[in-house]
Parts: sequence; C-alpha cells; structure tokens
Amino acid sequence: MTTTAHVRPNYILIWVYLFVLTVIEVGAAFLSHIPKQWLILILVFLAIWKALLVALYFMHLKFEPWRLRVIFLVPLPLAFILVVTTMMEKP
Amino acid sequence: MTHATHTADLMRPPFPAEPGAGVYSNKLGMWVFLASDVMFFTALIGSYIILRFGMTEPWSAPGAVLNVPLTAFNTFLLICSSVSMVKAYAAIADGKKYFLRPVPGKILRDGGLKFWLLVTIICGAMFVGVQVFEYIKLFGHGFTPAGYREGSTLAEHALADPVKYGAATGAMYGSTFFTMTGFHGFHVTCGVISMLYLYFTKVLPEKYSAQDYRGIEVIGLYWHFVDLVWIILFTIVYLI
Repeated sequence: MTTTAHVRPNYILIWVYLFVLTVIEVGAAFLSHIPKQWLILILVFLAIWKALLVALYFMHLKFEPWRLRVIFLVPLPLAFILVVTTMMEKP
Repeated sequence: MTHATHTADLMRPPFPAEPGAGVYSNKLGMWVFLASDVMFFTALIGSYIILRFGMTEPWSAPGAVLNVPLTAFNTFLLICSSVSMVKAYAAIADGKKYFLRPVPGKILRDGGLKFWLLVTIICGAMFVGVQVFEYIKLFGHGFTPAGYREGSTLAEHALADPVKYGAATGAMYGSTFFTMTGFHGFHVTCGVISMLYLYFTKVLPEKYSAQDYRGIEVIGLYWHFVDLVWIILFTIVYLI
C-alpha cells in the first residue's frame, strides 16, 4: 500500500491553543477580580476565538472555496438579527 | 502553522465536485445542514440570553449550582475528540487505513484511521457519560428542569442565600440549562452512533481509501460543529 504525506495545518498546535484558551477562560471566570461587564466581554471573545480556530482549521474553512464559506456565514447575520430584534421587543 | 496556499492545494480531495458550489454533494449537504443547525442553536442561545438578561431578579452565580471543574474536563474531552477526528481524516487522506504501525527509530507508533476514529468514538462516548453523570448528580441535589425541587439541598441553599443561587429565577435557569445542554448532548449521541456505524460498516472492512474518504470528511464536519457549539455553550452557560 502506498501512502502519500500531505502538508496540513499543525492540528496538535491548534489543540494546544484550544487547551490553553480553555484554561485561561476558567481561570478568568473564577480566579480573577475583573469587573463583571469586562469579564463577560473577555469570555465571549475567548469563546469566539476558540470557535474560529475549530471552524478555520479543524473544519478546514480557511482552505475551502469562498462559495462554501458563504453557506456557513449566511446564517450568522440572520442569527444576530434574530437575537437583537427579540431583545428590542417591548414587553 | 503551514503556508495556507500550499496547504489549500494539497488538501483538495480527488472527488467529483458539483458545479456551482465546487464541492461534492455529500459535503455540500452537510454544510447546508450545519447552516440550519446554526440557526437552531442560535434560537436556543438567543432565548437564553434574552430570558437571563431580561430578568430583574439575580441569576444563579457561576459555579454555585453547576460543577464547573467536571464540565471543564468534559470540554477538554470534546476538544481532544475533535483533534482525533481531524487526525482520522488526515490519516485516511494519506491512505493510512491501519490501526497502529511501528515507526523505525521512534517509540510512538503511527496511528491510522482505525485508531484515530476509535479514539474519537471513545472520547465522544465519555463526554455523553460525564454529562449523564452530571445530570444524575444535579437531579440528586434538587436541580431539575422545573427549578430547585422543594425540600432538596439546593432549595435550602437558595433559601439561605437567594442572591448567589438565584432563588427567584431557578425555574427559568433549570429549563434553559437542560434544554440547551440536552439538545447538545443529543447531537453528540447522534454523532457517536453515526461514527460507530461507520466504524463497523466502512472503516473496519477498509472501504475508505485515499481516493475516497467522503464519509469521514462529512462526519468530521458534523463532529467539529458539535465541538464548536459546546465551546460557546460552556462559556455562556457555565462561566458567565
């Protein structure tokens, strides 16, 4: 059987990033004295960073054609509109 | 990380692409499904945000009711399973159908598709197991989808410290928590069952090759998406 070694992203490095970011998240949430509003912003930022790493490198979105990326990106503004408009609704 | 353009060329699989989208139909179908699943989880997470921040009464403090160290470990398990899944994909794309193979001059053996997919299945099953264990413990302490059960330990704690335990919002907390984590757990369970099916019907009989590994790529996309959703859920539900 012949095997061909392809060049790919360093998946183990991405795993280390994800692990370190998770440790920072838990540490920031429980060990720090950051004001609540700032803490929420930091935690959401870290979560989005981790989610992007998974989408770009594990799901290979970074290497896919733009037409495919659009399929994944299209629901995001719709999701934003869904949340914001519901929040703006008067009781 | 390697050079993106070089990587992109080498990663293009040898499958017939559908005109228009530029990818094969199974993969396109999975991406369309994932796009719809984005909306599904947005509805759940959006509802949670609106309900939680619309409340005038305090919500339970992070870690007061939920076991964060246990869930952090579970998050780690799911991240590990995502890495093993992508390693399974890389292995079969390189034609490595085997389980483990010795590498001359190295102590560690080289893992093939059979090894990495099995690791993914085990990590996924462990994630579900830990979640079931967490649910049993929470029910035992009195945290249910209807809130804090009367006469339970948690109900007593909530009476003693209503701000920390969010006594007034317990029912909303319970219903949103179990709905979001329950639906995610259902997704993980479906993923584990699908991978088990693939493992016994396609991977062990060596039906995948470097020329055709579409099933692995498609189930991999689903699995990474489940991991991605959990990353968001873990932050919003457990840490904030």
